[in-house]
Amino acid sequence: MKTNTNGSFKKWMNKEGLYYVMLFPFISLFVLFTVVPVLSSVILSFTDYDMISNPIFVGLENYARMFANDTILATILKNTLTFAIITGPLSYILSILLAWMINEFSSWARVILTFMFYTPALVGGTAYLIWQIAFSGDSYGYVNSMLLSLGLITDPIQWFKNPEYNMTIIIVIQLWLSMGVSFLANLSGLQNVNEEMYEAGAIDGIKNRWHELWYLTLPSMKSILLFGAVMQIQAVFSVGGIISSLAGYPSVDNSVDTLVSYIGDIGGSRYEMGYAAALSVLLFVMMMVFRLIVGNVLKLLGK
Amino acid sequence: MTKIQRIFKPHNKSQYKRYTRSTGGNALFFIFLFLAGAFSVVPLIYCISTSFKPIDELLLFPPEFFVKRPTIENYLALPTLLNNLGVPLARYFFNSVFVAVASTALHIIAAAMAAYVFSKGKIHGGTVLFLIVQFALLYNGYTLAIPQYFIFSKIGIIDTYLVYILPAIPSSMGCFLMKQYMDSGVPDALIEAACIDGASIFRTFWTIVMPIVKPAWMTLLLFSFKDMWSIIPSGTIFSEQLKTLPQVLSTLSAGGIARSGSAMVATVLLMIPPIIVFVISQKNVIETMGSSGIKE
Repeated sequence: MKTNTNGSFKKWMNKEGLYYVMLFPFISLFVLFTVVPVLSSVILSFTDYDMISNPIFVGLENYARMFANDTILATILKNTLTFAIITGPLSYILSILLAWMINEFSSWARVILTFMFYTPALVGGTAYLIWQIAFSGDSYGYVNSMLLSLGLITDPIQWFKNPEYNMTIIIVIQLWLSMGVSFLANLSGLQNVNEEMYEAGAIDGIKNRWHELWYLTLPSMKSILLFGAVMQIQAVFSVGGIISSLAGYPSVDNSVDTLVSYIGDIGGSRYEMGYAAALSVLLFVMMMVFRLIVGNVLKLLGK
Repeated sequence: MTKIQRIFKPHNKSQYKRYTRSTGGNALFFIFLFLAGAFSVVPLIYCISTSFKPIDELLLFPPEFFVKRPTIENYLALPTLLNNLGVPLARYFFNSVFVAVASTALHIIAAAMAAYVFSKGKIHGGTVLFLIVQFALLYNGYTLAIPQYFIFSKIGIIDTYLVYILPAIPSSMGCFLMKQYMDSGVPDALIEAACIDGASIFRTFWTIVMPIVKPAWMTLLLFSFKDMWSIIPSGTIFSEQLKTLPQVLSTLSAGGIARSGSAMVATVLLMIPPIIVFVISQKNVIETMGSSGIKE
């Protein structure tokens, strides 16, 4: 009898059981370090918590505050969405096109070009601060001094302090920074496209390179494109620290403050962790909406 | 010839010529992309240029972009500045390398195994579990810091190497990338064929699937190494001998403008390992190309 149970256990281990064994290291740590904290954070969103005394349950008060009692939240949401809706698609499409153009070069040209576009993300840290010098508000900033000497302006422009310009500048900086994860993932995804498929494509009447990209290449790397899109959503909705250090927090008239920097302010400076957690839930819901839209848009590929 | 070999055969040079660019077109494209890319390399050049500036040029306001009278003073000053640290510099270096290598290796293996199960193993609740992993990416990290800190202290990993390594292993992004890559790059027929040939699940994963998805884990290797190399823990490491190189070198920039030259040297030196890993990873992404012609 005993050998029999052992035998069937072995059989199970070789089939489904081994899958659970392979899943275990990742999922157990994932539950511990991500699922439990996320659930705790959601629970905190129903409390009043100043990080010193114990959280007090307040029901939906934090959520009610968003709609009724928060005068600047509307501006913050408008900024976050404007920024995401412009930067997200632009840098996503740019990351696909660049990867596609670079992919056809031979090895060293490819590595060099990839390196160049990836540099801002690779160098990381405070590399973007170079823009602070360039767009400095006095007459010494590179941009101001150039415009002054060309006679295009008579007084230096306070680039980051002027709501007319600051959003545009920050969008440009974010695009410059954004050739990171999605860009490299697309490059590796292009390596995965089956060469023989192109052969079949020629017979099926593919006429030019754009046709090839739209009907063959992109549909066959659809799953990588979804990955890139999700990473892009995550990136554009998570920009906060960079903006705060360039334009200050709060920026003039809150003109470029995003939800993430607002959450940091509520939680970190005002110790209202419950409200910060509720705002995080709101941010998550917003990102999920975009995730669903993107998933449906990608289904149209190659159609 | 076994079934696997028939499916998994080396790629034949195709007779059909693809719509490729002409040599002239290629050169034009390269020049165009190179110029566009030059815009991206600006901060790197600025950092390198600044690291060679003598003190009077560092004090100049506004800073000049290019160094006028380059000097290696800042490089020579670095060892002296770092001399009076409590722990020898080599220890910080070791910590950084150890943390980056260990967490990257463990993350790739754990994430790839999980991704394989999500992609090819038909288990109960697999789809839902994978969606949870994917959607976790969209939850803002800020409010997670407090619960995470409680967990770290509950399981007693505060102020140990484990506080760097363990939380890095279940990163959603890696699992998501590997799973998506396996979905599009590894045909189910290949797995079935391996099964018929009698290969175990793990063997199929390790010797057949992993080589095919090498571009994915090579890319992941870069992401993970880059992040872990530059990690500066907040409030989880107190012992001097467990601190990482970026953490120690960041104290240099707190030393005011007189030290900004040396701080820039530190920035430049810290960039070198990720750049090396970048080149290795990208060379490998390309090399996989010729060897994996898979017929569906």
